[in-house]
Amino acid sequence: MNMMLSNALIFGVVTGLSLLVSLIFDRKKTFLGLKKGWKMLFGILHPFLNILILISVALFFVPETVIIKYLGEGSGLVGFAVAATIGSITLIPGFISYPLAAALLKQGATYAVVAVFMTTLMMVGIVTLPLEIRYFGKKAALWRNGLNLLAAIIIGIIIGWLL
Amino acid sequence: MNASTTSNRIQGNLKNYAWVLLFLLFTIGSYLFGFRPGMVIYSNFTEFFIEMLLFIPFLFILIGLFDVWVPKEMIERHIGKTSGIKGIFLVILLAMLQAGPLYGAFPVAYLLYKKGASARNIFIYLGAFSTLKLPMLGIELGYLGWKFTLIRTLVSLPLFILVGYILEWIVGKQFEVKDLSDHGNGDVA
Repeated sequence: MNMMLSNALIFGVVTGLSLLVSLIFDRKKTFLGLKKGWKMLFGILHPFLNILILISVALFFVPETVIIKYLGEGSGLVGFAVAATIGSITLIPGFISYPLAAALLKQGATYAVVAVFMTTLMMVGIVTLPLEIRYFGKKAALWRNGLNLLAAIIIGIIIGWLL
Repeated sequence: MNASTTSNRIQGNLKNYAWVLLFLLFTIGSYLFGFRPGMVIYSNFTEFFIEMLLFIPFLFILIGLFDVWVPKEMIERHIGKTSGIKGIFLVILLAMLQAGPLYGAFPVAYLLYKKGASARNIFIYLGAFSTLKLPMLGIELGYLGWKFTLIRTLVSLPLFILVGYILEWIVGKQFEVKDLSDHGNGDVA
C-alpha cells in the first residue's frame, strides 16, 4: 500500500510538472498530446480490465502454497526453469505482464524468479521465432534468442542477489 | 450511414467490455446471495484496480506529451550515418521512444538496415526495444517499484550491448535484414 501511494505521488508530481512546462511552451501541442494519451489509454482499457479480472479469478483458484512451492524461496532451479519456459514461449504485452508479476510477488514468488519471467517475456520469443527468422535469417534469430535467454537468467540471478 | 457506424461502434464497445459487464453482474449477484468466492474475487480485483487507477492515467498523459514533443523522425534520419558510441546511443534512444511488442520492432530493424546501420546497432536496437521502452518502464515502476526497475535496467543495458557485439561477430559481413512487406513484389523501396 505504501509503495503504491508513493508511486502515485511521484507519477502525479512528474506528470503535473511536465504538463505545466508543456503548456507554457505550446498549448496546442499539449492538447494534442493529451488527446493522443487518452486515445492510447482507451485502447488498452478493456484488455487491461479483462486481465485484471482473470488474475483476480486465478488468484482465488491457485492457492498461495502452490505459487510459493514452484516460484518461491525454496524453488531454486525449478522456479527459474518454470519462469524461463513460460516467459520464453508466451507473448504477453507489458501492461498485462506487470500486474501479473506484482500479483506473483505478493503471493510469495521471489524477485529473482519474477525477473527471469519478465525478462524472458521481453527478450525471448519462441512464438515469434518463425517471423524473426524470415527477417534476420535462421542463424541470427536463433543466436539472438539463445543469448537473450542467457542474459535473462543472469539478470534474474543479479536481481535475486540484490533484492 | 452515420447512424450505422455509430451503432457499429457501440456494438464493438459492448463486445470489448463483455467480460467486464459479465464480471460486474457476477459480483452483484455474489453480494446479493452471499456467494463467498465471488466476494473474494471482487476484493482481489478492487485491489488491482485501485493500484492501476493510482498511476495509469498519469502514465498516459506522459506518454501522450512524449509523443508530441520528442522528434523521433529526426533521430531516425541520423541513425545510419552515425557510428561508434554515438551510434549506439542513438539507437538506444530511438528504441526507448517506441511502444508495443517485439515483433513490431522487426520492420523498424529493416528500416535501420536500409539506412546503413550496422548489424551490431540493429541488435542493440532490438535489445533496447525489448527492455528499455519508456512507456513500459513507467508501468514497471508503478507495479514493481523503482528498485526493481532501476536494477533491471542497469543490468540489462550492458548485457544487450554485449549481445549486440557477439551477434555481429557471429553473423559476420553477409548479414542482411529482409523486408517482408514487399515479399514477392520485387523491390518497393
